[in-house]
Amino acid sequence: MPLSEYNVESIRSRIASGEESLRDTVNRSLDAAERLNEKLNAFLEIDRKGALARAEELSANQQAGESGLPLAGVPLAVKDNICVRGLQASCGSRILGPYHPPYSATVVERLQAAGAVVVGKTNLDEFAMGSSNENSAFGVVRNPWDTERVPGGSSGGSAAAVAAGIVPVALGSETGGSVRQPAALCGIVGLKPTYGRLSRYGLVAFASSLDHISIFGRNVRDVAEVLQVAAGRDPLDATSADVDVPDYKAALTTDIKGVRIGVPRALLSEGLDADVSERIEAAIEAYRELGAEVIDIELPHAKYCIAVYYVIATAEASSNLARFDGVRYGFRAEEAKNLREMYRRTRDEGFGAEVKRRIMLGTFVLSSGYYDAYYRKAQQVRTLLKIDFEHAFGVCDAILTPTTPTPAFLIGEKVDDPLSMYLNDIYTCTANLVGVPGISVPCGLSKDGLPVGLQLMSRHWDEAGLLNLAHAYESKHPLLERPRVSALSDSTS
Amino acid sequence: MKDGWETIIGLEIHAQLSTESKIFCGCSTRFGDEPNANTCPVCLGLPGSLPVLNRRVVELGARAALALGLQINERSIFARKNYFYPDLPKGYQISQYDQPFSERGELEIMTAERDEGGHPKEWRPFRIRITRLHLEEDAGKNVHEGLPDVDRYSYIDLNRAGTPLAEIVTEPDFRSSWEAYDYVNYVRRALQWVGASEADMEKGNLRCEANVSVRRIGDEKFGTKVELKNLNSVRFMQRAIEYEIERQINLIESGGRVVQETRLWDERAQETRPMRSKEEAHDYRYFPEPDLPPLVVTGEFIETVRATMPELPGARLRRFVDEYKLSHSDASLLTSERALADYYERAVKASPNARAAANWVRSELLRELEAANLSAEASPVSPEELGRLLHTVEEGKINAKQAKDVLVEMFKTGKSADAVIQERGLVQMSDEGEIDRIVDEVITANPKQLEQYRAGKEALFGFFVGQVMKASKGKANPKIVNERLKAKLSQ
Ligand SMILES: [Zn+2]
Repeated sequence: MPLSEYNVESIRSRIASGEESLRDTVNRSLDAAERLNEKLNAFLEIDRKGALARAEELSANQQAGESGLPLAGVPLAVKDNICVRGLQASCGSRILGPYHPPYSATVVERLQAAGAVVVGKTNLDEFAMGSSNENSAFGVVRNPWDTERVPGGSSGGSAAAVAAGIVPVALGSETGGSVRQPAALCGIVGLKPTYGRLSRYGLVAFASSLDHISIFGRNVRDVAEVLQVAAGRDPLDATSADVDVPDYKAALTTDIKGVRIGVPRALLSEGLDADVSERIEAAIEAYRELGAEVIDIELPHAKYCIAVYYVIATAEASSNLARFDGVRYGFRAEEAKNLREMYRRTRDEGFGAEVKRRIMLGTFVLSSGYYDAYYRKAQQVRTLLKIDFEHAFGVCDAILTPTTPTPAFLIGEKVDDPLSMYLNDIYTCTANLVGVPGISVPCGLSKDGLPVGLQLMSRHWDEAGLLNLAHAYESKHPLLERPRVSALSDSTS
Repeated sequence: MKDGWETIIGLEIHAQLSTESKIFCGCSTRFGDEPNANTCPVCLGLPGSLPVLNRRVVELGARAALALGLQINERSIFARKNYFYPDLPKGYQISQYDQPFSERGELEIMTAERDEGGHPKEWRPFRIRITRLHLEEDAGKNVHEGLPDVDRYSYIDLNRAGTPLAEIVTEPDFRSSWEAYDYVNYVRRALQWVGASEADMEKGNLRCEANVSVRRIGDEKFGTKVELKNLNSVRFMQRAIEYEIERQINLIESGGRVVQETRLWDERAQETRPMRSKEEAHDYRYFPEPDLPPLVVTGEFIETVRATMPELPGARLRRFVDEYKLSHSDASLLTSERALADYYERAVKASPNARAAANWVRSELLRELEAANLSAEASPVSPEELGRLLHTVEEGKINAKQAKDVLVEMFKTGKSADAVIQERGLVQMSDEGEIDRIVDEVITANPKQLEQYRAGKEALFGFFVGQVMKASKGKANPKIVNERLKAKLSQ
């Protein structure tokens, strides 16, 4: 099968027509994961035994004439900060040691019940803190387009696995762009749904008010299919919303005539890579041609988003990561003389540098005497940002920006410059702060042959409109180039 | 207390709300199970788990707040209180901070100073302002006893982690240890009364801390306050406060200075001691809990709760005094527990008069209940049967002394008053013809005594009464016996 045809729909039809058995589909994905891991380091755990057992079970059900599950036999990779019963959950950190959660995330359970087969857990920046995957305790993930470059982060493993055709779809998580950014850098689709659309139960928390389970796919339709199964209220997550889940596939009409797309021009000047800028302008033109109306909008407070993000995210993280104390599970430092020393050494030896930096930042901004100046102030600006978006969505249906300021950068290029690293999230983190859905779609390559991502955001709960808008562009301007490292050749195999 | 000094006391009570399951997960709150038997990913604080508020906690919290006269906020916020301790699985406690569940309560209770023997001197009404009642989760506990290698290991039992608590904080309104004592007792009773908490200090489902300071009368500034902990009963708390007042006054009078600290009450040594651990001042870094939406309580919900609330103990006490003409101390005793008050009111309905019912419940019935260690609800003698017994006394069928024995028998066997009276043949003989016959027999059988009596030895009247009662096996109605004997002896 050519890489360009590797997607949920083709897998389903091949299994249905008997062209490839369900077992072989899963097996091929496992083989690819194992084979390419040396090059990409995308997986931290590959579950050959479990995945094949599940494939057998699904085949048996199929042969017994059970009605077809929507994702039967679809290989799925899951970021290693999302719990899957029976598999590890390292969060890319040493501090969790050999931790195996006794339960699965709600979203994973729903996808498994729909027939998806988890082939493994993917690499990530430690506790999802990072934009390059260089903060993983288990080594950097490499970008399939250029293995000298980062795949983006923090969900770099899942992005690389999808980009290389190891799996058609994967779960990641977002706190400030950790799915859309690597999707852009790896030339695939990444969707962050509305806050509350997907249950967070079983996603190891980084910053609870910003965390979202998010979806990678090789095309918009696959992302819509995964969203369809995973979405909906979960009684185990008090922040998951009781909002109707529409038929997302049916919404993919490609008809976007009259849709108004707002472009925050002020954000598209400073620090934006020329190639990216060029691709984005081309995409804007493409939308005009598709019948959309493109207008200029303003998001006056968007320029504060990185500052606000790093106050709120680190504050919540400092509290969320307190449970990793060596008492109940995971890593515990040896030979501490007393409780205080056990805590100190466990956390000192167990956490990596970036995680410690953020815990300290977050502890500081919540400290008595600083709370008002930082945390409260950040929350106030967050409210202003929400108002900006409300105003914007009063005049347009979607907001268009680049997903990232630059294409994939070189491994090691930004490790010593956290601020420039943080700027990777400048276009994405507003959606996390405001809670609106955002998607990154490939919009061509840079002159160096690296993928560029186009970001679209829509109103709360309007994933249907957002997906259709992305789908319309993708249908007209598919990314036909392929990464250097891939599980599938273009000749029929 | 020494003249010229004033004491300022504020109290914090933690009461466990009597829910079946924990505040943020479905685990049981049962006490005494195997360590860590009642746990799940949520209350163990496993990575990825999330809290979901138990609605029953809101309902019981509302009952508690209404019972204590607090205003329930339409919108309250859960907040994280961050600190490290092994019994705290998440590294933070989910509590409430600047927007609590309920605020601004005011309560009027009765209080009295006590004499040397602990007897109340003079009851007087007393008002307390309650700052807030908020909802939070309890921590687990560290176990250091009865397990292998305790010299090298600490053990943790998280069964209690996530148990719902109401924290009730007062303004510094108490001026004596007895006021504090009467307040805590009132709160305990009120919480039990409305079914919000078992409020049993021995079981640890009601815990109390006191902030105590002293100042010279006339001083405007409060003295430095000391926090007292390890107050395992209301009486311990009262003694600890008393000790602490004296300690602080002596300290200041001898030129010393009170330091702000936490002290633990040592009941055996009868003194407070500074907490040993060199705990640094905590910065709990409170911030709104992002995993839980704001708690919204509608007026409608509050009204529904209010409609199912029983009459509160204070109001009921006042009504008992007014309606049944009871003394304050009788009414107070009868309203000490809701079940007892309910029992009493049912007995009143079945009895000839309310005060007699009060006497019988307060003395005879309570004695039996206490001896059998039973609550009023579990009394083998129903209030209706007690009423029936009192009617037989009122009607003169049996006398009070007999009735007391009958009650004991009823309590023991669960039989009705009539059945016991019948069985024991206790029904009084009130038939005048029958009594006349016995009187005649007795007079005929004792001619010598008759002669002496008629000669003026009137003291012999008692002898004749005794003989008649004996002949009737005690059943003769003494009133009729008296009448008939008088008549016959003087013929
Ligand atoms: Zn639990």
